[in-house]
Amino acid sequence: MSKNNNVTEKESAVIKFVGDSGDGMQLTGTLFSDTAALFGNDLATFPDYPAEIRAPHNTIFGVSGFQVQIGSIKINSSGDFCDVLVAMNPASLKANLKWVKKNGIIIVDVDAFDKKALDKSGYEENPLENNSLKDYKVVEAPISTIAKESLSDLSLSAKAATRSKNMVALGITGYLFNLDINSTYKFIENKFSGKDIIVESNRRTLAAGYEFARENELFETTFFVPKADLPKGRYRNVTGNVATAWGCLAAAERSGRELFLGSYPITPATEILIEFALHKSLGAKVFQAEDEIAGICSAIGASYSGSLAVTTTSGPGFSLKSEAIGLAVITELPLVIVNVQRAGPSTGMPTKSEQSDLLQALYGRNGECPVIVISASSPANCFYYAYEACKLSMEHMTPVVLLTEGYLGNGSELFRIPDVENLPDINPPIAKPNDPEYKPYARDPVTLARKWAIPGTEGLRHRIGGLEKFNIEGNPTTDPINHELMTKLREDKVKRVENYIPDQTVTGEDSGDLLVVGWGSTYGPIHTAVKELQNEGKKVSQTHFHYIKPLPKNTGEIFRNFKKIIVCELNAGQFVKHLKIEHPEYKYLQYNKIQGLPFVVHELKEKFNEILEEK
Amino acid sequence: MSIKRVPLSEVPLTKEDFVSDQIVKWCPGCGGHAILKAVEKAFPETGFRKENFTFVSGIGCSSRFPYYINTYGIHGIHGRANAIASGVKIANTGLSVWVTTGDGDSMAIGGNHFIHTIRRNIDINILLFNNQIYGLTKGQYSPTTPKGEVTRTSPHGTIEHPFNPAGLVMGSMGTFFARVLDSNVRMMTEVVEESSKHDGTAVVEILQNCIIFADKAFSYLTDKEHKDEYQINLKHGEPMLFGKDNSKGIILKENRLQIVKVGENKEDDDMILIHDQYNPDPGIHRMLGYMRPPEMPRAFGVIRAAKFDTYDYLMEEQIRSAKETSGIKCVNDLLNSGETFEVN
Repeated sequence: MSKNNNVTEKESAVIKFVGDSGDGMQLTGTLFSDTAALFGNDLATFPDYPAEIRAPHNTIFGVSGFQVQIGSIKINSSGDFCDVLVAMNPASLKANLKWVKKNGIIIVDVDAFDKKALDKSGYEENPLENNSLKDYKVVEAPISTIAKESLSDLSLSAKAATRSKNMVALGITGYLFNLDINSTYKFIENKFSGKDIIVESNRRTLAAGYEFARENELFETTFFVPKADLPKGRYRNVTGNVATAWGCLAAAERSGRELFLGSYPITPATEILIEFALHKSLGAKVFQAEDEIAGICSAIGASYSGSLAVTTTSGPGFSLKSEAIGLAVITELPLVIVNVQRAGPSTGMPTKSEQSDLLQALYGRNGECPVIVISASSPANCFYYAYEACKLSMEHMTPVVLLTEGYLGNGSELFRIPDVENLPDINPPIAKPNDPEYKPYARDPVTLARKWAIPGTEGLRHRIGGLEKFNIEGNPTTDPINHELMTKLREDKVKRVENYIPDQTVTGEDSGDLLVVGWGSTYGPIHTAVKELQNEGKKVSQTHFHYIKPLPKNTGEIFRNFKKIIVCELNAGQFVKHLKIEHPEYKYLQYNKIQGLPFVVHELKEKFNEILEEK
Repeated sequence: MSIKRVPLSEVPLTKEDFVSDQIVKWCPGCGGHAILKAVEKAFPETGFRKENFTFVSGIGCSSRFPYYINTYGIHGIHGRANAIASGVKIANTGLSVWVTTGDGDSMAIGGNHFIHTIRRNIDINILLFNNQIYGLTKGQYSPTTPKGEVTRTSPHGTIEHPFNPAGLVMGSMGTFFARVLDSNVRMMTEVVEESSKHDGTAVVEILQNCIIFADKAFSYLTDKEHKDEYQINLKHGEPMLFGKDNSKGIILKENRLQIVKVGENKEDDDMILIHDQYNPDPGIHRMLGYMRPPEMPRAFGVIRAAKFDTYDYLMEEQIRSAKETSGIKCVNDLLNSGETFEVN
């Protein structure tokens, strides 16, 4: 596709597709992102959808959205406010108008703004007709009509034809951003390969949307976001959930241990299970269990019999797994528990993101029950932290909880593809056949890890289990002194992991007026806010945690050099509690948001400025 | 289709190869002792390598078993033995996996795992110690306690219908079910060995006497007066005869199993059923599993041993075939599959 006349170059842009939950907004957003990624834009995406699969039409609660920020610069988040909103119906416009920049472009399917739809979405009058959108550039396109007309000679039902209207919207948006829609065609062909009629209808409607925008000169100016200046290498777009699965598969390959996944479907973690199930050719054994408990228990069994065992879940499932995590702790078996956190408690808001399972990961079990807790901070680095979780778990013979979030799991960004051979070695302490020294609870003097004696190995028959064991020999006992010793050994073993993790780093000056502390998915917005304040000359730095238990050894040294410390979290203040226990010598300010939504940059800046101005 | 892949021992093994150095802490007179003895006797007969036996248990008296036998073993948490064992076997198909569990562990808290393990036909053996009571927590009724029984939590008698494990197994698409009495060590030994050879989930219900909290729960089957009338020992390929001098037989008439006296009526004699444990149709097996005194004898021995694909075999087949056909041979292939682009 050739570039259009009036083209404005932009270094970044935020686009949001919104519509009914059956309108195909997730696919539309994904195709837009993949096309931009393939062209070479950096990007970050944020799918925001309701729990219902097909919520009632034209209702606010049924609105499904997909936001993407593309850029020629480094993109750290999916962005706060959008430059372009594509709204497929009145409800989605109503729900998202507050997220559109002043003077931003709003593309609407004018066919969907009928009386019935307006009534259901709570509009008393048509916003397209009452001048209420005067602060925006509204582009009215008969999207549904275009879809129907372009498919009139195909033997499709009216309903099926209407379903392709999302591709018309994508075509219009593709034109607006001068995207190469030929590569979008290719994605469509791959996705629907074998379903010729679907490929054809999507192709046609995509082209029809693009042509409509071109012929009618829909936009005064179109946009062009140049390629990002990325480090050399091969790239792809990846979601956090897919990256998590890949990180585990890479760890299995590098450790020489077969991968076993015991899991039960749960939003928003299911895509990890689905991704594993796709790749049987890598030898992964994927067990879709009858419930969350069987998911983790089968994984513990697989770990005992020598596999790299993983279980994946989200909050409520994590609760169900608590007792079994205790079994993995006392049997000192490797086990990776991935919790893609969602807003709770109980069923809570399954499709909304939150960071509120941190204290549960640290403490939510009976008895003194320490595990390693680490977290990822971007969709792409889910790959590395999943790999790290597997490595630490096997090398230190202990369960590891990897915390990600719905926002990370469903969100996507560019991923620079590593060579698996260059990832760190993984050396599980596997006991050798007929080792005369072998005792079930004999430990490595440095790491305190016991040996992994795999059933089938000659000369190592032994029993382990949930009963307290004598140190070294491993027979069940209630000896009081031994129990205290074993409790301390298990805690110390996890503590010593601090010698195997990287030092905590600071973005910006090592000292200053304010240190902004975060963990998990909040990296992007915090980073952007801190950078902007630094550019304004303010003495603000950022430190973002990935290792939560144990904390990096130099944590205190970093905190010491700042006048104030603020801990920002998408919960009521959980990591800050942990810091108060581990480093009570410092004072912590807090910024918390519990709305099932990510931070936006301006609210963070506002808060930081407020603190900086306080004397 | 499935083939046992448990490696065989290069040297003949004996009972002593499996005797543990641990003190067995079951009550004197507990049926557990007899079960342990039968297992120790049966294992050398399987021919399997001793390092390839792995025991898995949950919680309860039955679940202390792994500590009392010299094999690999993992003592799990309450109700989850079958889920843990599923993982052990799927991950390491060369193991001969044994679950020891009870009527509390597998019929109550672990009921879900019990039925789903069986439905999948994972190649493990489940020794279900059914003593009809919670022993380790001191005498509460269990899902198999007979209705009306007075226990510590049913001082006025239970008002629950008990489970029949045979019914649960058949209802869960089970492929192997056997029932034995703890007092019949010989039959128990034979059944354990036969279970070890079965491809798929093999459930052996052991009617186990709890001498403390449900003593003589099964004496109605074993006392001198009723022994012959109330027990029928099934053997594949043999007619279903029981009673003193095999004087009675079982026939299927009017859609139900009935007892006939042998030699009284030629027509009835011809109808006496021949036990076919391999019949894929569970119909008769189910009826046999449900038989109870006083109307009918209780069935013992291998009631069902049908041949179906095992889950672990099918999973390995899928992996094998994916490895042959997929272009993704290693994780680097995976990372570079689909749409990627190069920045120079």
